[in-house]
Amino acid sequence: MPPLTSPQTPPVLAGETRHAVSIVLNGKPRTGHAHPRLLLSDFLRHELGAHGTRVGCEHGVCGACTVRIDGVAARACLTLAVQADGRRIDTVEGLAEANQGRMTALQEAFRRHHALQCGFCTAGILMSLTDYLGRNPKPTEEELRDMLSGHLCRCTGYAGIVRAVMEITGQTVEEVAHV
Amino acid sequence: MTATQTATQTVEIKGNPARQGAERPAAAAPFVGRSMPRVEDAALLTGGARYADDLPVKPGTLHAAILRSPHAHAELLGIDTAAALAVPGVAAVVTGADAKRHASAFLVGIRAPMEHWCLAIDRVRHVGEPVAVVLADSRYLAEDALDRIEVRYRPLPPVTSIAQALEEGSEPLHPAVGSNLVNSRSFRYGDPEAAFAGAARTVSVEVEYPRNSCTPMECFVVLADYDAAEDAYEVLSNFSGPFAVHPVMARALNVPGSRLRLKTPPHSGGSFGNKQAVFPYVVLVGLCARVAGRPVKWVEDRLEHLMAATSATARRMRIDAAVEPDGRVLALRMEQTEDCGAYLRAPEPASLYRNHGNLTGAYDIPNLALTNRIVVTNKTPTGLNRGFGGGQLYYGLERLMNRVAAELGLDPLDVIRRNLVAADAMPYRTASGGTLDSGDYRATLEQAVREGALDALKARRDALRAEGRLYGIGYAAVVEPSISNMGYITTVLTAEERRKAGPKNGAQATASVAVDPTGGVSVTVASAPQGQGHRTVLAQVVADVFGLRFEDIRVNTDLDTGKDAWSIASGNYSSRFAGAVAGAAQVAATRLRGRMAALVAGQLNCRAEDVRFAGGRVFADANPDNGLSFSRVAAAGHWSPGTLPDGQEAALRETAFWTPEPLKAPTDADHINSSACYGFIFDFCGVEIDRTTGALRIDRYVTMHDAGRLLNPLLVEGQILGGFAHAVGTALYEEYAYGDDGRFLSGTFADYLVPTACEVPVPVILHRESPSPVTPLGAKGVGEGNCMSTPVCLANAVADALSGLSVDEPPSLPITPAKLAALIHPPEPPRPAPAAGTNEIAREIPPPAAVKGGRGMSGEGSREVPATPDQVWAILLDPKELAALLPGCEALDLVGPNAYRAEVVVGIGPVRGRYTAEVALSDLDPPKALTLTGSGTSALGSGSGTGHVTLERTAEGTRVTYRYSASVGGKVAAVGGRMLDSASRLLIGQFFEKLVARAGGPGASDAQPARPPSLLARLLRLLGLTR
Repeated sequence: MPPLTSPQTPPVLAGETRHAVSIVLNGKPRTGHAHPRLLLSDFLRHELGAHGTRVGCEHGVCGACTVRIDGVAARACLTLAVQADGRRIDTVEGLAEANQGRMTALQEAFRRHHALQCGFCTAGILMSLTDYLGRNPKPTEEELRDMLSGHLCRCTGYAGIVRAVMEITGQTVEEVAHV
Repeated sequence: MTATQTATQTVEIKGNPARQGAERPAAAAPFVGRSMPRVEDAALLTGGARYADDLPVKPGTLHAAILRSPHAHAELLGIDTAAALAVPGVAAVVTGADAKRHASAFLVGIRAPMEHWCLAIDRVRHVGEPVAVVLADSRYLAEDALDRIEVRYRPLPPVTSIAQALEEGSEPLHPAVGSNLVNSRSFRYGDPEAAFAGAARTVSVEVEYPRNSCTPMECFVVLADYDAAEDAYEVLSNFSGPFAVHPVMARALNVPGSRLRLKTPPHSGGSFGNKQAVFPYVVLVGLCARVAGRPVKWVEDRLEHLMAATSATARRMRIDAAVEPDGRVLALRMEQTEDCGAYLRAPEPASLYRNHGNLTGAYDIPNLALTNRIVVTNKTPTGLNRGFGGGQLYYGLERLMNRVAAELGLDPLDVIRRNLVAADAMPYRTASGGTLDSGDYRATLEQAVREGALDALKARRDALRAEGRLYGIGYAAVVEPSISNMGYITTVLTAEERRKAGPKNGAQATASVAVDPTGGVSVTVASAPQGQGHRTVLAQVVADVFGLRFEDIRVNTDLDTGKDAWSIASGNYSSRFAGAVAGAAQVAATRLRGRMAALVAGQLNCRAEDVRFAGGRVFADANPDNGLSFSRVAAAGHWSPGTLPDGQEAALRETAFWTPEPLKAPTDADHINSSACYGFIFDFCGVEIDRTTGALRIDRYVTMHDAGRLLNPLLVEGQILGGFAHAVGTALYEEYAYGDDGRFLSGTFADYLVPTACEVPVPVILHRESPSPVTPLGAKGVGEGNCMSTPVCLANAVADALSGLSVDEPPSLPITPAKLAALIHPPEPPRPAPAAGTNEIAREIPPPAAVKGGRGMSGEGSREVPATPDQVWAILLDPKELAALLPGCEALDLVGPNAYRAEVVVGIGPVRGRYTAEVALSDLDPPKALTLTGSGTSALGSGSGTGHVTLERTAEGTRVTYRYSASVGGKVAAVGGRMLDSASRLLIGQFFEKLVARAGGPGASDAQPARPPSLLARLLRLLGLTR
């Protein structure tokens, strides 16, 4: 991903002050205010009311909070809101919005293949996949699982997720490996 | 179920009905039994779902942050909250004193004087136990203020294992109980003594099951408000039930149940039982709202969840089997010792008693002697966790069956076959009182062997073994209990105690079905779903009853105890949905349909029983053309009640309460049918272990389920896949690890290893359907079975793979590569003794006391300092100099001879904290040797360490040699453990760099040349990696 820091030295922000943060959220300009230490995940959810992005661990492992920053998948819990100032942020709410209000093929495949249960990890996985499949439109199952290993899901055992992605990339999953 | 079905009727399912994915809705066929796509998914996939943390809060709501104990066991001497209260934005700090004033201790499930409060009162009993709560305008501010609370503790000896808890002298956690063995009961069924006396031989197994947890992706959330005028609490929480805990919460808040209105959010991010354990926080946050006089919101973070939310019980199990030469088991003698953690929290000791009716598993074993012991330890209290007690039980039982085969030289599969309950014995009454309701276990097993291609797997094993590879096949056969009997927990009481308390039994499920003025149908249930798809299945069930379209049914699963029908058995646990809740919905819908039929029969000129509901219409069976639209019939009660037939009530809403008939209270002889239904699972698998690394690969996994009637095969498959993934984690990766001193060591998802897409293979799933005669739809539970069968199936495969290495028992769970490698490879030779000519004094220094537990550190090293020993000694003994040497030291005050109090700021990885440390110099032997000891505490945890330092004159100055041991607890240990060793080396490196600088020279022991060392060399030296 491109570095989040601007080429020029970032401004020094007063810790006790809320600073205006303007982003393009799912194609629409939005402005909110944030202390320098406010996480992007908290900014999206509680300052802008974009609750679709979930918070699962706040230490960068589970992947639930993944959003796209200038198109690239990133952990919103490891990003400060002020770092996102001036950036394009895409979240799960924008997927269908950008698709004439209909769920995308990926979302539809998730539904068909029961790739989600509680749904808490799903937004992050969708955002990672949207970025990843744009760069690697036909991953092997091994490549796909490797990429998915940046996300934790406790409900599905990942089987439906893998099946959904393989289907929309025009591939099939072997029913049973080996024997 | 219909009258024509019998308990032994089974249906073989060909192929995998879920494999093709969800079906497109079609109106004609019944919806039950089809893979309908979920109605839940649209909101979840588009970001529109509303989980607890997404719901709006009232203006003025305070945010809570909880101060937690860094000690496993300590007396709580005092709490000073003044500095925290002075932090801008802080509204209140709540402590145990407030709990004593406004709340009560929680009820405990056994007769023992042990108290558990929502906040520690005078003692902390596990790392992470809540000690105080800061309420502030934001969570960020509340967490800031946590650092300002000063708590004084007096550490007590921790009890960190079952063995230690059973020791006579172990420090009692609950002094009034006097012992850490808090309950023990023995049971005897049949005639086990005679069976053992007459049996050909006895086979025994002893196993321990570790602590772990299903860790849902969403943590706990509580929003609480207190209405002083009504003395009533209103709480929203992602609590999952069982609602038998609601009276426990209400009582702890000192209000009747009617004054604790508990609501659940529309969506919940998984539970697997774990969200039962939010209940102490419902009380805690309720208390906070009362103290602050404002609404309070608390969202648990992941560290809090891993450290202190809940855990499966650890269990030590010994089983002896009386066996015949052909492998037939005549009797079992079981001893189970359960570690419930620091408190017996409701509904514990349920983990130990949940399977009481099916202790003999899928086997026909008529004689059983059992001793159940419950111990408390300085660890997180236990609670519901997918598989609940079944993983523990079957780990012992199925290892035993495997050992029977090994010791008798039989095929393990034949031993299973020989002992399975026969189909014609169904319904089968187990020795301990369970009633296995339906199934043909032997036919199911043979179907799995055939369709799962066991022969091919055996051929593969033989071929790979011929290449010298470590490959093994494992089996497991279990019964999966579902729909818990609310009375089973009372089996822990004696018959006399039960008589005093009154009988407890049954499992009330509720469902309401209503029609609205437009003829729409809505269903409400108290099943508190956590992602399983209850709304979808209920729509299927109710659409079938009324002959409507799937999308015509709207299901609401939010629960409001102030308005909805619920009972103590309500909630999402014990795999009760398909059997009990979907069944109750069918009962309610059928009743409502019956009332509608009675109202409309006159109009249709037929008897009520001849009224049909299909295709959105209501008509007489004999004259389908003469009908009415469903919506017209349904809405009539709203719009024209005056035209109803005389004496008849409008058919607008029906609430059904359904409880399984076979669930009675325990008998005086302690027989208990602990669950309404029992599914059957037979698994087998092939695993390969890498001879070099010990890495285990699941090569093939076949899991065969008979869960009664499948209501939605796609969702059933989802439950099996999810349970299997949890079981893979339990078996191979996950453990709540503690140091011997009770420090918690797995506070992040980088330490507590949840399997990812790379670690979870896709199992072969096979089905057979033996409808339950107990439940309205013939369905049984299916969500937990693999958490019972899979860990031991994998362990049995490991045992088979290691069979050539004469290993009796596979390593304890989780079976990690390190444990396997230790079995495969001979022990490494001891480290060679120091070569002659190395420092004499270094060898004279006593080695540091062994540091127990995984987050202890020790190390040693030496440095050359360009000063005389006397000069170095003077630096070390001068408080000003010492302050300059100690990394991060901001203040050092002399508090006694050679004793100091230091303010130190230390950062380890992501955690940075201010410690108040007590530092002392002792064993002074000027200018040759001294001992430096330090201990400190902060909001981030505690630490202590000892260093032995010796000074030796050399040609260039003084060689300073040191050995140290240190241990760290609390948050730092839980999240920074992986970094502690390098961090401590870094800190010690800094100490000596400064000492060298203070003593007037740049040289280290390597007698560096005058030019500045390279950056790499400096880094290596800082890390202590150079000599």
